[in-house]
Amino acid sequence: MSTAKVSEASLTMEHGAGVMEERPFAIPSSKLVMWLFIISDACTFGAVLFAYGYIRNSAADWPLVFERASIWNSLLMTFILVSTSLTVLLAVRAAYAEERQSAFRWTMITALGGLLFTVLHIREWMSLIGQGARLFQNPWGAPMFGATFFAITGLHMAHVMGGVIALIVVGSGYRAERYAARHLEIWALYWHFVDLVWMFVVPLIYLLNMKR
Amino acid sequence: MTTQSKASKGMGGTYIVFGAILAIAIVQVVVAVMVGPSLARMLILAAIQAYMAVMFFMHLRDEKPSLRLALIPGTIFVLVMMNMIWADSFRLIHLRPFPK
Repeated sequence: MSTAKVSEASLTMEHGAGVMEERPFAIPSSKLVMWLFIISDACTFGAVLFAYGYIRNSAADWPLVFERASIWNSLLMTFILVSTSLTVLLAVRAAYAEERQSAFRWTMITALGGLLFTVLHIREWMSLIGQGARLFQNPWGAPMFGATFFAITGLHMAHVMGGVIALIVVGSGYRAERYAARHLEIWALYWHFVDLVWMFVVPLIYLLNMKR
Repeated sequence: MTTQSKASKGMGGTYIVFGAILAIAIVQVVVAVMVGPSLARMLILAAIQAYMAVMFFMHLRDEKPSLRLALIPGTIFVLVMMNMIWADSFRLIHLRPFPK
């Protein structure tokens, strides 16, 4: 009896994976958690974009403020962000190939792209602030324009900065062999999500509010 | 298939998707400038970009179909349902306008 118990315990300890339940969806739990976070974050962005849509529709004098220069700036920002999605993929690819230096280099290029994106965004903010846009007032029309613009783009910028910090930490940790390739992959998923949100922010915030 | 096995494959497809997403971004701007930025047109183009990003960059297409089923319909359902509560907010804005 006791022998049977010992062998069962040793089976659980030594071959735990064999007797434990299968991983849900055949992906590591950490990756599943990131997917669930992305889904919840998508709902957050969905909520603010819906709110913006209703506020915009309810205002008769919604301002169309973005000049061609702002539109080209948003296109440049899109180019930078989509390019960083590619560089982070190259980082993950190098990480799985155990090329630590190359993975680190691509991760830092991605983080640098994120920083550049933020600088361009802050420049856009400063330009609007310089023209008189505030959270609840502006010289053009509906007072809620500033609240929606700064809230949505600010929330996105906070995500970009969070991603930059995470990539620097995980990229450096991967080079120092503290983290594995899958950790880099999980943060790459997050980075792609930040990119995906921007794909909706540009048409809804910039292009729909373009000066005609 | 996970990203690990995907990573060992070539990057050719990824470069094509990268180019396609950027091309759609340019088309979006051109359409907005030349034709006018209609909400439907902008959203359709953004949805195509997002689909490509999720399926190819985030490799959801290589995961088990059960993961796709668990993630996508639920998210769309929540987003659509949100539309119901915002309609009420729209009514409230008209009852109590924001101060100028």
